[in-house]
Amino acid sequence: MRKGIVQLVAIGVVIGVLVTLVAVLFQWLPTSASEEFDRIQDIYWFATIMSIVIFSVVAAVVVYSVWTWRVPDDDDLDGPPIHGNTGLEIAWTAVPAILVIALGIVSAVVLSQNGEAGNRPLEVKAIGQQFAWKFEYSDYGDFTTGELVLPVNREARFTMEAVDVIHSFWVPNFGQKMDAVPGIETSILVTPTRTGEFAVVCAELCGLGHATMRAKARVVTRAEFDEWVKEKRA
Amino acid sequence: MTVSHSDTPHAEYPPHFEPPHGSTWKFFFGPGLVRGGWMAGVGFVLGTLLVLALRRWWGWEPYWLTEVILVVGGMVATPIGFLGGIGAFDYWLHYISGRPTRPEDHSGHGARTWRDYFRVNTDHKVIGVQYLVTTFVFFTIGGLMAMFFRAELAQPGLQFVDSQTFNGLVSMHATLMIFLFIIPAFAGLANFAVPLMLGAPDMAFPRLNALSFWLLPIAGVMFLASFIAPGGAFGAGWTGYAPLAEGQPLGQTFFNMGVQWAGASSILTALNFLVTIITMRAPGMTFWRMPLLVWANFTTSLLVVIATPFIAGSQFFVMFDRIMHTSFFTPEGGGYVLGYQHIFWFYSHPAVYIMMLPGFGIVSEVISSMSRKPIFGYRLMALSLMGILVLGFSVWAHHMFVAGMADWLRVPMMITTLLIAIPTGIKVFSWTATLWRGRIHLNTPMLFALGFLTMFVIGGLSGIYLGSVPIDIAASDTYFIVAHIHYVLFGGSVFTIFAGIYYWFPKMTGRMYNERLGKWHFWLTFVSFNATFFPMHYVGLRGMPRRVFDYDSAFGDLNFVISIASFVLGASFIVFVYNMITSWANGPIADANPWRAHTLEWQVSSPPPIFNFDEIPQVVGGPYEYGVPGARHAVMSPAKEAEEVHA
Ligand code: HEM
Ligand SMILES: [Cu+2]
Ligand SMILES: [Cu+2]
Repeated sequence: MRKGIVQLVAIGVVIGVLVTLVAVLFQWLPTSASEEFDRIQDIYWFATIMSIVIFSVVAAVVVYSVWTWRVPDDDDLDGPPIHGNTGLEIAWTAVPAILVIALGIVSAVVLSQNGEAGNRPLEVKAIGQQFAWKFEYSDYGDFTTGELVLPVNREARFTMEAVDVIHSFWVPNFGQKMDAVPGIETSILVTPTRTGEFAVVCAELCGLGHATMRAKARVVTRAEFDEWVKEKRA
Repeated sequence: MTVSHSDTPHAEYPPHFEPPHGSTWKFFFGPGLVRGGWMAGVGFVLGTLLVLALRRWWGWEPYWLTEVILVVGGMVATPIGFLGGIGAFDYWLHYISGRPTRPEDHSGHGARTWRDYFRVNTDHKVIGVQYLVTTFVFFTIGGLMAMFFRAELAQPGLQFVDSQTFNGLVSMHATLMIFLFIIPAFAGLANFAVPLMLGAPDMAFPRLNALSFWLLPIAGVMFLASFIAPGGAFGAGWTGYAPLAEGQPLGQTFFNMGVQWAGASSILTALNFLVTIITMRAPGMTFWRMPLLVWANFTTSLLVVIATPFIAGSQFFVMFDRIMHTSFFTPEGGGYVLGYQHIFWFYSHPAVYIMMLPGFGIVSEVISSMSRKPIFGYRLMALSLMGILVLGFSVWAHHMFVAGMADWLRVPMMITTLLIAIPTGIKVFSWTATLWRGRIHLNTPMLFALGFLTMFVIGGLSGIYLGSVPIDIAASDTYFIVAHIHYVLFGGSVFTIFAGIYYWFPKMTGRMYNERLGKWHFWLTFVSFNATFFPMHYVGLRGMPRRVFDYDSAFGDLNFVISIASFVLGASFIVFVYNMITSWANGPIADANPWRAHTLEWQVSSPPPIFNFDEIPQVVGGPYEYGVPGARHAVMSPAKEAEEVHA
């Protein structure tokens, strides 16, 4: 039995290492370009570590059991009549409960941080219409563009509006997403941390042109942004 | 393929009841598919005339309005005519009209020839097979559609279809898989197994059972018919969100109404299961002695009867908005768009458990009997089903974390969602513990059960990511969701359906499937399944939204790999179909109990006698007492023996 436990643990470690390699060798998440996404990525790793442990435990027991206790087809004996084990059952109710509640608490904290608008965020209205995005900068006299331009390190609040059907505003590198819904107003906060060009993608099926409903987001320095605004208002 | 078992107990059935009429008369006017055909036509004409007459009477111009005619004449009166024609209502109409009822001669019960599978049949075993064959036909159609749009997705840009067709294919694929495959395939397996496991001669309401089955092909044909509607098939996704669905061409109506027929089928079957399980248990079969498959279907049926009316309602509202110009979901008229999603998910989240719990039941049967050990923690297994049932109704809005619903709803819904992982985890760990120190027979049903166990863990874990609101905000509506639902619905539900079919195949057909082909089927499916769906997590997180025909070319290579893998996955299904057809036609004759299982269905011949049990079984113990010396689940005969066991 002692040897068995050692083997089981060894299998578990091997599986765990393999899965961990899969998790770290590939870049599963896009480069974060916002404070909000940084926080989300922390929870992502929390959930990933938890998942690696749970998967490895289950897979190890399955592999080990089949490997050790497989019998030929014509075997006609029965296994030991083990009906349960209260201690174990309590353990595997309690441990996952603690884990998911921990995840829930972390998530709730991040959610509220990501939802807290600081002092005077940049107000941008994102208008979804089949099949294009329009952005309105209400702080600067309501001009409208098809390209999203944001100053780096300044919080922006997107207020969503939909003209016809539901669309969903999503910039994968910002990690933030929110539906634009006809008849109600929705909003989301983004604090860009990196300059560069990113894609704005519509994430909610909105009809024939849904796949092509994309726009460009450009995060620029403060000075470049002011320049751009001046140009637009001219 | 012939299914006439001249060498099986079917031959002992009593002969057919012959109606006192000539054969031509019978051909056209006797219950059956011919009468079903022409009465469907009559139904359509009557429905259309009714609409025209009423519109005329009320003076509503124009009298002819295609969408209304289509709904009333085509999607209500035609199916009712068809059902009347095949004879689904004959007995009831006879009874209602006050004519003397014919004494039940059981002529509509059981299958003597293959023809008996193509008519209204009240035998739960026949109905089970009818369900399974029908659902696998739709599985094939839905699968071919998936191959087709995977071909389209192998490269960015549009190659083969236009975007309306693409949206139609994706929507139809999901709709068929959910409403015409997974849900009814489980109903089929349960139809076959549950009465036998309870020690009952049939379901509580055999005629209702027959009717429930025949509602299903109606729904399937209705969905598929939308391809010929002007404007193409419904293309608003299987979720049919308003207001997109309200502006769709005519095809959307086929979805709205198809769901009603499929839903009616589910509800009637679920009621039948509930009454059967509550009232038709054999003597001694207490709730705590029921096999977990029965528990699972009991819970599922409760989910179905409580939740299904909500999707029916949501689709009616959309249809009313479309046709009668109400404004349930149109903001211009004061409607509330998110109302649709709340109602829809109040059904469709429980529906994911409707699509999973019966599979939990199957896997419990298979793992326990193939490991030759009692299921670990039987009572907690049953109670966790109940836990999922209750929690399942409190999490629907986790599908709406980015939908713009009230902010305060998010955290409570996140907590309940995460809590569901606890009963789910209990089940997974208990199956794993059942393996421990067992004597494991690694045959095809067991391979699929273990494949389920590992793949479902992955699906459950990705569910936990999605349960966390901030992660969901990033991952919602992307290919990550597609990966999640396929790990739970394909790696989960479909694997359990395969496990169940291999497991009960000898009982259903009286013949054994080919074990080698079964193993080939499993390994091909298992490998290509992972190759198809695992990379979807990646493209999703990296930025590929779901339901698109075109995507960022950075994802081109991976999508190509995914498409190739999906074709292998499709091909692996051919191995299964070949195995089923050849084994059913001339596989080796199966024993009554090839798995040496304890549950009641294995204590009777394969296939079982027409009324299942020639004598009423007396249940004397739990269903999984493997390894307990002298333990029995039931004794089949003389009361004497029962007393001995009791003593
Ligand atoms: C540990 C258990 C599970 C958790 C925590 C979980 C969580 C979630 C969440 C939060 C979503 C919404 C994602 C989004 O749209 O943004 C989701 C989607 C989905 N889940 Fe699960 N899930 C679990 C198990 C299951 C099971 C067992 C099934 C079915 C057998 C299932 C089927 C689905 C389906 C079909 C969708 C996508 C619906 C759609 O938008 O088309 N899930 N899941
Ligand atoms: Cu869109
Ligand atoms: Cu859900």
